[in-house]
Amino acid sequence: MSTEPIRRQVTITDDGPVLVHGPIEVVLSDGRRVRSDRAVTAVCTCRWSRRYPFCDTSHRRQAQAGRSCGGDAQPDK
Amino acid sequence: MLSTAPAIATPELPAPRGPLSVAALDTLRGLPGGQLSAAAAAQADPYGEDLQLALYCCYELHYRGFTGVPAELEWDPPLLGLRRHLERAFLAALRADVPGGADVTAEIDALLVEAPDAAGVSHYLRRCGQLWQLREYVAHRSLYHLKEADPQAWVIPRLVGPAKAALVTVEHDEYGAGNPRRMHARLFADMMTELGLCPQYGAYLDAAPAATLAEVNFMSLCGLHRELRGALVGQFATVELTSSPGSDRLVRAIRRLGCGPAAIEFYAEHVEADAVHEQLVRHGVIAPLLAAEPELAADVVFGIQAATLLADRFSALLQQNWTANQPTLRHPLPDAPT
Repeated sequence: MSTEPIRRQVTITDDGPVLVHGPIEVVLSDGRRVRSDRAVTAVCTCRWSRRYPFCDTSHRRQAQAGRSCGGDAQPDK
Repeated sequence: MLSTAPAIATPELPAPRGPLSVAALDTLRGLPGGQLSAAAAAQADPYGEDLQLALYCCYELHYRGFTGVPAELEWDPPLLGLRRHLERAFLAALRADVPGGADVTAEIDALLVEAPDAAGVSHYLRRCGQLWQLREYVAHRSLYHLKEADPQAWVIPRLVGPAKAALVTVEHDEYGAGNPRRMHARLFADMMTELGLCPQYGAYLDAAPAATLAEVNFMSLCGLHRELRGALVGQFATVELTSSPGSDRLVRAIRRLGCGPAAIEFYAEHVEADAVHEQLVRHGVIAPLLAAEPELAADVVFGIQAATLLADRFSALLQQNWTANQPTLRHPLPDAPT
């Protein structure tokens, strides 16, 4: 029998969120706790998500705004 | 007050729309004369009302069937023969109408970039959609969402290893991750009830035009043919990669129109879920699939391009008619303009 502990997988994507496997509870900087019961949760790292701390793909707009100079960098809130 | 789950009901057979759907429906009713030549299917408009309805009815036997139609007809050789003629005509048209290629990365990058002047139907609804237009949109979409994730489930046994595991993770989420009240098809039915639509499976089949049926038919086509498993993955990727921002626009459209929480919940769930699914499909499904079977790249590209083509046709139909204040369902809803 293996003594190797089962480690939770955390995947850092090149362009977007961090993927965490398993139901999680995220503790925000103000102490609030937010739960996700998904098998995999995408945690926002760009901070532009309207559903922060969860990814809503807003990083795509940021990447585009960064590429096209003069583009509106504000997400369409 | 939300609905209880819709009773397990099979849809009624629709009215035919031409000789192909007459042939299919006659066979389903057990009437003689349902035979059809390959030439008849080849001559029909591959995106037209008649062929798309006939194909939809053939495929429905693999899902829930129709009231009064024997379940054993699912594997009836003459009906499968008819289906094959219809599929070949549809598939040939799609292959002719997309640019093709085998550069999956370029196709995916294109899906992730949204043009500032993007003009999809979710943009229209967010910007200026009226309640009757939102209700029409949801009625169209019910043809797929009341069987959400079912067409893609056919591909599971055709995948192996990491690609299979990742696809099942996404499907598990679509089916509510073990909670039937969170099944996406159930969330969609709850939204229909809140919007005053009939949440029964297949209720809007007669009302759905060819452009609506074609999108679902493409999923069934790719799901049911192992040969097209790469295209199915491409179709799935297209939906999962574009759904999150589109769903966000629909949430804002629904909020602006003042609809209730069940109407918002379906699309709000998809903003978050599909942000995860995008990552899983790109890195978990497509990457290992192509590492194991690189020859499927052209099929994945075909699936992406064909799904995009059909989505654009659907979107154009709705927006062209709505701009002219015209309904888009074949049987307009009571609040649509006359």
